This record gives sequence, C-alpha cells and structure tokens, in this order.
Amino acid sequence: MDLISNIPSGPIDKKWESHKFDMKLVNPANKRKYHVLVVGSGLAGASAAATMSELGYQVSCFCFQDSPRRAHSIAAQGGINAAKNYQNDGDSVQRLFYDTVKGGDFRAREANVYRLAEISVNIIDQCVAQGVPFAREYGGLLANRSFGGAQVSRTFYARGQTGQQLLLGAYQALEKEIAKGGVRMYTRTEMLDLIVVDGQARGIVTRNLVSGAMETHLADAVVLATGGYGNVFYLSTNARGSNTTAIWRAYKRGAAFGNPCYTQIHPTCIPQSGDYQSKLTLMSESLRNDGRVWVPQSPGEKRPPHQIPEAERDYYLERKYPSFGNLSPRDIASRAAKEACDSGRGVGPGGLGVYLDFRDAINRVGRDKIEERYGNLFQMYQRITDEDPYAVPMRIYPAVHYTMGGLWVDYNLMSTIPGLHVLGEANFSDHGANRLGASALMQGLADGYFVIPYTIGHYLASRKFAPVAPDHPEVRATERAVEERLRRLVGIPGKRTVQSFHRELGKVMWDKCGMARDAEGLQRAVSQIQGLREEFWENVNVPGSGAELNQSLEQAGRVADFLELGELMCRDALHREESCGGHFRTEHQTADGEALRNDEQFTYVAAWEHAGDGQAPILNKEPLTFENVHLATRSYK
Amino acid sequence: MNLTLRVWRQAGPAAAGQFVEYPVRDISTEMSFLEMLDVVNEQLTEQGDAPIAFDHDCREGICGMCSLMIDGVAHGPMQATTTCQLHMRSFRDGDSITVEPWRAQAFPVLRDLCVDRTAFDRIVQAGGFVSITTGNAPDGNAIAIPKPDADAAMDAAACIGCGACVAACPNGSASLFTAAKISHLGHLPQGQPERYRRALRMVAQMDLETFGGCTLFGECQAACPKEISIDTIARMNRDYIFGAAFEQEESRAGGAG
Repeated sequence: MDLISNIPSGPIDKKWESHKFDMKLVNPANKRKYHVLVVGSGLAGASAAATMSELGYQVSCFCFQDSPRRAHSIAAQGGINAAKNYQNDGDSVQRLFYDTVKGGDFRAREANVYRLAEISVNIIDQCVAQGVPFAREYGGLLANRSFGGAQVSRTFYARGQTGQQLLLGAYQALEKEIAKGGVRMYTRTEMLDLIVVDGQARGIVTRNLVSGAMETHLADAVVLATGGYGNVFYLSTNARGSNTTAIWRAYKRGAAFGNPCYTQIHPTCIPQSGDYQSKLTLMSESLRNDGRVWVPQSPGEKRPPHQIPEAERDYYLERKYPSFGNLSPRDIASRAAKEACDSGRGVGPGGLGVYLDFRDAINRVGRDKIEERYGNLFQMYQRITDEDPYAVPMRIYPAVHYTMGGLWVDYNLMSTIPGLHVLGEANFSDHGANRLGASALMQGLADGYFVIPYTIGHYLASRKFAPVAPDHPEVRATERAVEERLRRLVGIPGKRTVQSFHRELGKVMWDKCGMARDAEGLQRAVSQIQGLREEFWENVNVPGSGAELNQSLEQAGRVADFLELGELMCRDALHREESCGGHFRTEHQTADGEALRNDEQFTYVAAWEHAGDGQAPILNKEPLTFENVHLATRSYK
Repeated sequence: MNLTLRVWRQAGPAAAGQFVEYPVRDISTEMSFLEMLDVVNEQLTEQGDAPIAFDHDCREGICGMCSLMIDGVAHGPMQATTTCQLHMRSFRDGDSITVEPWRAQAFPVLRDLCVDRTAFDRIVQAGGFVSITTGNAPDGNAIAIPKPDADAAMDAAACIGCGACVAACPNGSASLFTAAKISHLGHLPQGQPERYRRALRMVAQMDLETFGGCTLFGECQAACPKEISIDTIARMNRDYIFGAAFEQEESRAGGAG
C-alpha cells in the first residue's frame, strides 16, 4: 500500500494557501451535478454537509440518532481553542501549532497541525456569526479561559456547554440547507458498509433503524465523520451509541487505519460506582483552572478531606510539574493519578479516585463566580454522586475519552480509498499520540467548515465519474454481505446478551490496553479477544428480527466490530516499542516514570491494512519529519 | 431495592399498546434510571422476551435523546434533571413506577418508549438559524455584545430539544421549544435581520405540525430539564405580533439582485 500524504511543498506557513490555489475547482453550475454522502452529523459532519450544500453540491447526510442535533459533539464541555491572541498574552498561530505538536508528543503530521492552527481563528468568527453565545466580558468582547498543555488563555467557551452550542450552530446551518433542499437528511439510519466500485468509494449501504429496511445510496464521494471508537472499552465518556462500525467497515474495504492504539484517558471523570454502570461522566478539564488536584500524603488515610491538614496533602501535579501544575496535559495528569492510586493513596470506594478541590478558589473569587463558570458541571456531579462539590472536594478518576487514532488520511483528508474522506475524530490526523484539551472541537469544525469544502472539489474535478448502476456487481455483493451478516446475527441460538460480551471486551481492553501497557499483557489480550469473538459468533443472543426497530441488533453489529478493532489496537500497542503520549508501555519509561520515546525507530504513523479475516494485518509506515518543531523530550516541569 | 415497573409496550407505530408489569429486584440506589432499565432488559433478553425499546445516547443530560414519562411526570420526579441523570435514590424500596413514552399527537410512538420527534427539526428548518454561509464572517470581536444579552441568549440556547415541554403540556404545545430558539437568536445582534420573519415562520410550522396552542399553563417550564423560562414565550409572542403587523412582504420585483 502506498501512503502518499500529498503534503504541499514550500514553507509551512504558505502550504495551505498555495495548496488552495493549486487545487482544481468545480464551477458553480457543475457543483450541483455532484452528489456527496456525509455519514455522521456531529461538528465535522454537520459543518461539512452544510458547507458543501452552500457551495452547491447535492449532499445526503446520515445519523443514527433521531436528530442530527444529538451527535456526541454535543457533550463537549470546556471549550474550543483558537489562536486569536485576544488576551495579548503571546499567543499566535505558531504557538498553537507548537503546543499541539508538542502536546501530541511529536507523533502528528506538522503540515496538518499548522493548517489547523491557521484555520482556528476563522472558526470563532464563523460561530459568532451563526449566533453561538460564547462567554463575554462586560465590555462585550469574547472571554477566554486556560486549558491543559498551554501557557496562554486561548480557549473560547459557552459556560460548560461549548460543544452543545457549537453543534447547535452547525446543526442550524445544516437545517437551513435541508430546508433549501441542498441536503437530504436521513435520521435513525446507520451505515453498515461502504461500496467501492473500480477502486473508488461510491456509496454506502444503510439500515433504517425504525423499519429495519436496508437501503443503498450511491454517489460520487463519501465523507465519514462518525467520531471515535472509545466505546471499545465499554465504559468511556462517549455516548452509548458511539461506535466504530462506519470506519471499521471502511477499513475492511481497504482504508488504512492509523495509530489505532493512541487513546486518550481523561484525568477528570467521575469514578465508577458499580458493575451495572453504563458510562462514565467527564468533568471538564476547565475545572483544573480553579480546582487543585491532591491525595493524602499517607497511604490508607481514613479521615474525610476537610480534616486532613494542608501539610498532609500531596498536590502532586503542582509538585511534579511546577510550570504547568494542575493544567498539565491529559496523558500526564492521568498517569500521575494512576500512580497516586497505585501507591495506596487513592480516595473513595476501592481507592480509585483523587480529590479535585475548589476550596481555595471559592475563598479567592467567591462561590458565585465559581458557580457562573462551572455551575452545570457542579450540578451534574451532584446528581450523579449525591455529594455537594461546593462543600466537599470532587472525587475524580481517569477514564477513556477520545481516540487520536482513526482512518489514515492524506493532507486532503482522503483515506487510502480514493473518494473516501474522513473528518474529525474518525481520522487520525492532527493530535499525534495525545490531544490537548479544547482541540477536538477545533479540529472537527476546521475539517468540516474549512478543509473538506476545498479538497472535495479538487477530488471531484480531478476524475471522471461514470454512473454506477444499482445492480452493479460490487453494489449487489456489498448488499448481500450486509444482509448475510444481519441474518447471521439474529440467527445465532446463543445464551449471552450483547452487553455481557461488550462488558467483557471492555475489561480486557482497560486492563491490558489502557493507561499502562506491556508486551505480555497485550499478547494475552490478543488471544483473549480472539476467544471472545469466537464465542460471540456462537453464543450471542440477539432477540427479535432485522425487520423492525431492534436495539439489540444495532448493538450486536457494533460490538461485533469492536471485537475486531480491539485486537488491532492491541497489536498496534504491542508493535510500538516506546511510550508516547497516551500510549504508555511500562517497559519504556525514564527513571522518574515519564514516557520514553524512541524517535529513531518509531517516528512514523502506523497505518494498518486489512489482509482478510483471520489474517494478520499488514503494517505500513508513513515517516514523520519535523522541520519546524524540534524533536525534543516533552517536558512540563 | 425491589420495585414493580408498569411499562408501556407497543410493537410498532400502528400497533395497539398496553401496560405490562415487571417485578425488578436488587436495584442499587446508585444506578441511573436508564441503568435500571438496562438491567431489566438484560433479564428480559435472557428470558427470551423482547427488551424494552427506549431512546438514549449521551447519558449525561445534554444530547436530549432520552425521554420517558415517569409516574406521569416528564423526566421523573427530580427538578431540572433528564431521565438519564435521574438516580434510583429518588425512589423507595417497594415502589411501583409507571413508565410511558411522551404523549403528543405530533410525537407518534415508534416502539415501546421511543417516539418520533422530527417535528422539532422541521420547526428549526422553518427559521431557527442565522442565514449566513461559511467563510464570510467578520472578526468575532467586531461586534461587541453586552454580557447580559449574551447570557440571556445562552439561557435560552441551553434547550436540549428533548420534548419534555410538549409531553408536560396539557395542550401538547411546542411553544417553549420554539420560543427558546427565537429568544436565543433574538437576543443577539446576529439574529436581528431575520428576527420577526423567524418568529412568523417558526410559529407557523409549529402549528402545521399539530402541536397545540399555548395557554401559558406553565407545566413546560416546570418539566424542562434545562429550566428554560416561559419568559421566552412572552418574547416569542411579542416578536410574532410585531412581525405580523410590520414584517414586509418580499418585494414582487424580487430582491435587489
């Protein structure tokens, strides 16, 4: 497989500009002749669908929820980064670029990251114009807050609901285009396979989740914006429906999967309370602006937090990383929490928790100010734990939150299948081995509003598109494969529920491919997952039929794909003999427990190629070069 | 704790529905209401019965996908809380709990507890947006917006589109949902050019979707998990009346070009 990254030549700050000029255009009258499918309606999908429709393309957009407004982007809390330098504190495109490359532990593609930083400023303008109610100062101008991994304040926010407000902006733009007839929206519709004809992505097969009917949609190009795969861990901060099926089906049709093992464990989530638990809830990183993280000095401490004197508390982030303190990046803060708990100093049930304490902030700025900044988060915490975080410190613990890995894409966001473009969390491109807080919203909207609208035109103008007949053999074969799989799933006379398989897979992933990984554990995980997958296909119990609203069947298809993806993640983690960002191999660490990269051997993107069921996947490498940021040991001390 | 659930079961949009009773044992007070339903569904599946279909996604109170009338109250007994954030500590051992879908003509039942809320999307399509296209926006700080206006816009924009307001309303009105969007955009300078036209169109679409009229009963505000105020409805009515009186017809000669 050839991995051609198509990075434009020239100095980094001119690449995108000159590329925009070099790309081919489709003239306005011809745009309406092209039909593009957008799968997913989150920040990336909704913004892409709306913008391409504004340009004149025919767009069909798909989501599995009952409305595009439900996509999981909505749950993002803290904010969105942009290099506006409104605070006059030394920010710039160059600095956002640098912070992101460094934050990603030098495993992202420089050119993509620079473009992201450049575009960030346009996103804020666009969202303000749509009526996104960002937080403002009394003078009427936009407010900013700080986020992890940065020493400037560049994060724009709308209370603790930034993702919701940005998504509603994109959703409203999408609904505007639906009303105009430019976008056809298919809700409660799930993509189950990709149709590839003559080597080009030309359509998808979907299932209508209400009637169960299978439908085939043919077009000139396909855009996947279907989010991340954190739910492979069963418990994560993702929505319950978030899944890997769209990108996994594309992988099996020939799209390379980049860096599957790069997963982000978020340091500040509400700890698990029982086995029945269905998801973990994030407490925004923005809380670390005012909250201080600590554990008791001595293991086995039994006193309630307010009785522990100052001298007997260990504010370990402030102690270990004095220059970034509580705003250390996520991978570092998560590992530090694990370390504190592993040393027996964890708090709460099972000792799996650390304190996030607002006492000092409340004393400094007053309860009202804290309530204004984080009111909805405090309320959410109180609902779930039945504790009042204004009075007692929050208890938090790391949880799976985001996947930096995803389908491999070139500079134009196109996968290794021509015509198949991948946006947002579903692709691998911008965050390297660790994503900085408030950068996911930035990437989703950058891809959707400002990158794909240009690059899709270049793709469409560069090729000829013969119409694909609905009875084309490739189309029929894909439809048959989907039908066969659904029939098989409902026909297994098994005993175990889908959820029990998912839970077991999640436990294997969390134990062996979570915050700390080692070769022996990963090898065991691979064989455990293979065994579990075999059992699944013999012993899963999927009630009902395929011809009705059947949530068990939806879940079964998704879990079947997670059972394959989990193995690939473990294989990727096993092959990467270094620690970088969210990927921490216990064999590779410095004397004081920090990640130890191996730049000589691993400064590349691992792009895995499907070689057939039961075959080991093929590893392809895209070397990464760092011409603008010096490869250096990442330090936040 | 042990409970008895009375759950509305309905095989499809055209099928007749009925309540079915399920005894539920060993429920932890730490579970959310939906996690309790997960447990019931696991048991039903193991017994070979059809699990209860219900809508849910984020399970952190923001996506608006979950619903449920719990003992006749939209999203259950806890104020300002969606069903997914309602925990079983709000109930007592031995309770009997009735669980129904949203009931409104404009929200037909799809199966069991799932309803079709696409009418909300069509109301937004009628005008719940600012008509700008990508790429031509001025600098974000070009227009200063007084903080109280931005805050009021945010209060209204917090709506999650769950439909509790409709389910709680004796008239099945979607006024709170529609008014929240009209208020959000109406409070901001970016929303001014289309302010009255937006109100006229969204209200017209709301009526078309067979939602009932508003009699300011106030149940919507009490049921709203995001505590959207019915003040927004007053604002919607004001914009509607002003629009009906003064909004100009589009020129017959067409636009200016």
